[in-house]
Amino acid sequence: MTTLVIAEHDNASIKGATFNAVTAALACGGDVHVLVAGHQASGAAAAACQIAGVTSVLHADGEALAHGLAENLAAQVLAVAKDYSHILFAATATGKNAAPRVAAALDVAQISEITRVVSPDTFERPIYAGNAIATVQSADSTKVITVRATGFDAAETTGGSATVTAVDAVAASPLSAFVGSELAKSDRPELTAAKVIVSGGRALGSSEKFDEVIVPLADKLGAAVGASRAAVDAGYASNDLQVGQTGKIVAPQLYMACGISGAIQHLAGMKDSKVIVAINKDPEAPIFSVADYGLEADLFDAVPELTRSL
Amino acid sequence: MKVLVPVKRVVDYNVKVRVKSDGSDVDIANVKMSMNPFDEIAVEEAVRLKEKGVVTEIVAVSAGVTQCQETLRTAMAIGADRAILIETQESLQPLAVAKLLKAVADKEQPQMVIMGKQAIDDDANQTGQMLAALAGWSQATFASEVSVADGVATVKREIDGGLETLNVQLPAVITTDLRLNEPRYVTLPNIMKAKKKPLETLTPADLGVDVTPRLTTVKVSEPPVRGAGVKVPDVATLVDKLKNEAKVI
Repeated sequence: MTTLVIAEHDNASIKGATFNAVTAALACGGDVHVLVAGHQASGAAAAACQIAGVTSVLHADGEALAHGLAENLAAQVLAVAKDYSHILFAATATGKNAAPRVAAALDVAQISEITRVVSPDTFERPIYAGNAIATVQSADSTKVITVRATGFDAAETTGGSATVTAVDAVAASPLSAFVGSELAKSDRPELTAAKVIVSGGRALGSSEKFDEVIVPLADKLGAAVGASRAAVDAGYASNDLQVGQTGKIVAPQLYMACGISGAIQHLAGMKDSKVIVAINKDPEAPIFSVADYGLEADLFDAVPELTRSL
Repeated sequence: MKVLVPVKRVVDYNVKVRVKSDGSDVDIANVKMSMNPFDEIAVEEAVRLKEKGVVTEIVAVSAGVTQCQETLRTAMAIGADRAILIETQESLQPLAVAKLLKAVADKEQPQMVIMGKQAIDDDANQTGQMLAALAGWSQATFASEVSVADGVATVKREIDGGLETLNVQLPAVITTDLRLNEPRYVTLPNIMKAKKKPLETLTPADLGVDVTPRLTTVKVSEPPVRGAGVKVPDVATLVDKLKNEAKVI
């Protein structure tokens, strides 16, 4: 029984979610290998060798793999899949995009967003926006799985001593082409990795107010910035900040929800945070039902006061 | 150009589901059912493409129990031209649905399949991608903008770090994300018209697909319950608690 973890990386280094996926892989039992599929990705491959618990790194390098296109990434995984009993992707946009193609090609079920490995063939996963946890068992010969990062501790980034094996890169599929991207640039910690998150909702009223009220508090706390769906839909914050059932799933040490009512779909993305603070002037807001500390106040007074007092 | 729009009947997004006391499943007896919100967005996008003259025919398709007909009638009220119900009592999982949709696509030969990125009940986010792989098509998931010209769909996608744009050759599978569009309200005249639009019923056997589930649900349980919180009277108290009690700042 051997598990292959498909690394999430930027060619130079390994991204956080991969370390959580490695922990899940180790829990499946058996050896853990990592596939680094990228373009000029030797840096990432070398970093993967250091992950504690990983015994082998496969490195496929080619232009076809430069942008995480699902058709090409899936084909690359399929080229090595027969050696593995378990194939794990982090449940990131890239992982979620490609994993099902692998499962379908292997004619096996996929188990999405696992939060716990019960045994090599049995896993826990959230359903109904996390209002229920399903324990599912797969009888398929290969388990294709996406791993919810917040369900597993990160493996140590050093201590491993795997060696790299080069594998031939697949050719590019003619069906799909990368045109361009608009990626947020920020010095702030990444939302899914941050220990503290300050999140704003529709109550902020404008992107100017969002930046004026939420951002300084985040800066004071060295925190990442998050947003509710309503705030993103209204244009107050960019889409990559959305926390929720179908946005980012986060579980920081501290989550501060400012002017967020706490709809089921938002709670799905943050209710596993260690400490939740809610600041909202509506005493009936559902967010208070999950908050450890609730401050019933106008956020336009309370948040700046909080920023000043830190 | 013909477009296929798969739609799923799910527990309404406003319902907070409860787990049955025997832990066998969630309790959805008598709860409100609706079209999966992401599928509504898919139907709306197909209708907008038709209004732009890019699409000539929209075929809605659903798989499941007889009541899925209601979901299909809603799709037709939004603007789908006709519908196909693949009727079965079997509990359907994404791989089986993808195979059913492939069989329908083989018959209907659409140039595009637009569907929700995930269903809000199982939160699987697999079916569209699986269909694309089975059909040997390209895919563009989590779409926030779609335009079509000369046999190519240009799709802006929401990804973890922001947005990316892909060109995918048609036929392709596109899955919808929240901000692709805001679905129109269904008007009463359109609901009445939808009752007369054609709705064909097939079975998985008619399509030659084995829909036996692969995953067994061992049990369903409640998520861990958070301890009750406290209300704090002012910012100063909040800061004190966070520093000295919770020790998170």
